[in-house]
Amino acid sequence: MSADTLVQLLYLVATGLFIMSLRWMSDPESARKGVFSGVAAMTLAVAGTLVGVLSTGGTHYLWILGAFVAGAAVGYPLAQVPLTAVPQRTALSHAFGGLAAGLVGTAKFLLYYGQGHPEALAAPIVVALVLEVLLGFLTFTGSLLAAGKLQEIAWVPQRPVTYPLQNVINLGLFALALALGVALVLNPLAGWAPAAFLLVVVLSLAFGVLLILPIGGADMPTVISILNAYAGLSAVAMGFVLNNKLLITAGALDGSSGLILSIIMCKAMNRSFSNVLFGAFGQAPAAGTVQAASAYKADTPESAAQLMAQAGLVVIVPGYGMAVAQAQHRVRELYDQLKKRGVTVKFAIHPVAGRMPGHMNVLLAEAEIPYDDLVEMDEINGDMAQADVALVIGANDVVNPAARSDKSSPIYGMPIIDADKARTVYAIKRSKNPGFAGIENGLYYLDKTFMLFGDAKAVVGDLARQLAG
Amino acid sequence: MRANHGMDGTPGPALALLLGGPDDPGRSQGRGAGGHGTLDLMGALFVFMLATFIGLMAIQRVSRLLHTPLMSLTNAISAIAVVGALIVAAGPDAPVYVTALGLVAIFCSTTNIVSGFLITDRMLKMFKKRPGAVK
Repeated sequence: MSADTLVQLLYLVATGLFIMSLRWMSDPESARKGVFSGVAAMTLAVAGTLVGVLSTGGTHYLWILGAFVAGAAVGYPLAQVPLTAVPQRTALSHAFGGLAAGLVGTAKFLLYYGQGHPEALAAPIVVALVLEVLLGFLTFTGSLLAAGKLQEIAWVPQRPVTYPLQNVINLGLFALALALGVALVLNPLAGWAPAAFLLVVVLSLAFGVLLILPIGGADMPTVISILNAYAGLSAVAMGFVLNNKLLITAGALDGSSGLILSIIMCKAMNRSFSNVLFGAFGQAPAAGTVQAASAYKADTPESAAQLMAQAGLVVIVPGYGMAVAQAQHRVRELYDQLKKRGVTVKFAIHPVAGRMPGHMNVLLAEAEIPYDDLVEMDEINGDMAQADVALVIGANDVVNPAARSDKSSPIYGMPIIDADKARTVYAIKRSKNPGFAGIENGLYYLDKTFMLFGDAKAVVGDLARQLAG
Repeated sequence: MRANHGMDGTPGPALALLLGGPDDPGRSQGRGAGGHGTLDLMGALFVFMLATFIGLMAIQRVSRLLHTPLMSLTNAISAIAVVGALIVAAGPDAPVYVTALGLVAIFCSTTNIVSGFLITDRMLKMFKKRPGAVK
């Protein structure tokens, strides 16, 4: 068997294992098998590539080993971050993925150009190279900025940044990058080609920043998913450049995952892709905030605990505020206390609650709350009328009834968790300010709603103590 | 001479490539180590389309509970870019800067492989059923 056949066979098995890996993710019971299958696939992929490299006289093995070791040394601590930091870790790894693809594309172009063979820079390959660096570097800076926003690094603007002609400037730069790409496809060996290529790189880097600047926290789940898809597609483009079917398959799996998650996120916010990317959120005027704030009815954890102890069904609606306050373990204590008193407790999970898809589920799983009690929005809404208490912990827009009724609201049409249909609503809120998107929430002014102001962790801990004592 | 390539509109090289024309020794060298041959564009497009459909169908079945681990898993999978990075970094007769770019790309991908798989497994371990719950 020739070395090349062996390489292709290893790649073939790796491809199958990658597909099985995603297949096993369909159920929490089998999901860990998916990880092992993914690791096996990646090992075979690297082994296969090494076989190919060895058989064609590769070099720099010590350096390569060093790069592997350094990558593992950085990767290991990145896997140990607290789960509340998972969104920024994910964004950071999208950045690494994009950078890797962009660098490989740049290296390949310079290599082919240096060798001066027109066949090596045939039109389809140059198209793939341009797409690879465009998507790769755009994902790199965009994800870095997203990670900075999520980590709330001081000099990174948290609120959406908007300026006049924003979309015109962004699209103009994008068009310029595309035009350069077309010129490169037509004249890949021209004297100006490396300069043009590097300009595409610079434009892509700039475009990534400009694309993410106007995006606010509430849109992060969608944006992270889109960046996920881009990282995958840049790997696909690399596969076309290298004529490597494994790269194409694995990249396509990643790309389709990002695509599906983005669609789910967009649907959950009743918005389109273009609206997320080009229509900066959070510009809604927070009119009447001061006046309305007086209508809040505050209550004490004591009476809230009393009411919950007598309830039959308590539905807890967690949001980003729970993650920020790291309140998930206190929530678990509250869950235990209520269960002990025979109260049924369910968690209502909105698809865009938190800062990335599935964020709430992971935090609650970390607190060892059984996943059977984590209920999706569509399933729980039918039961909300039977709920004696809805306890909203740091969620805001996802329970805002204006989404159902107020046509002038920026979130009108977004599917929400019908917390307002429960008999009594308790909402834990850090302050009297409106939520991240700056939209006033009518839920807080209902007759049946009582506010528990304070840090989510402290308030939930207090509730649990009241129930225990 | 070089600068004029392609201006005359001859599809020569591209067509030869699509039709799987004879391999030019300089060109296979250009592919670098790894010996992946010339681009079979149509074959590659077929693979891309089929893989996308398989991906879409597999991902649609993933429980919403697991969307965060799914994303970190696909993160690790997209670090398959390590394959390209290896081919670039190990290529003989490449200028130093090309090798350097390849090495940095290996570093980035390895970071994703290690952290992606580890954190996915760490998260998945936490998902537990209610004790005694029947499926």
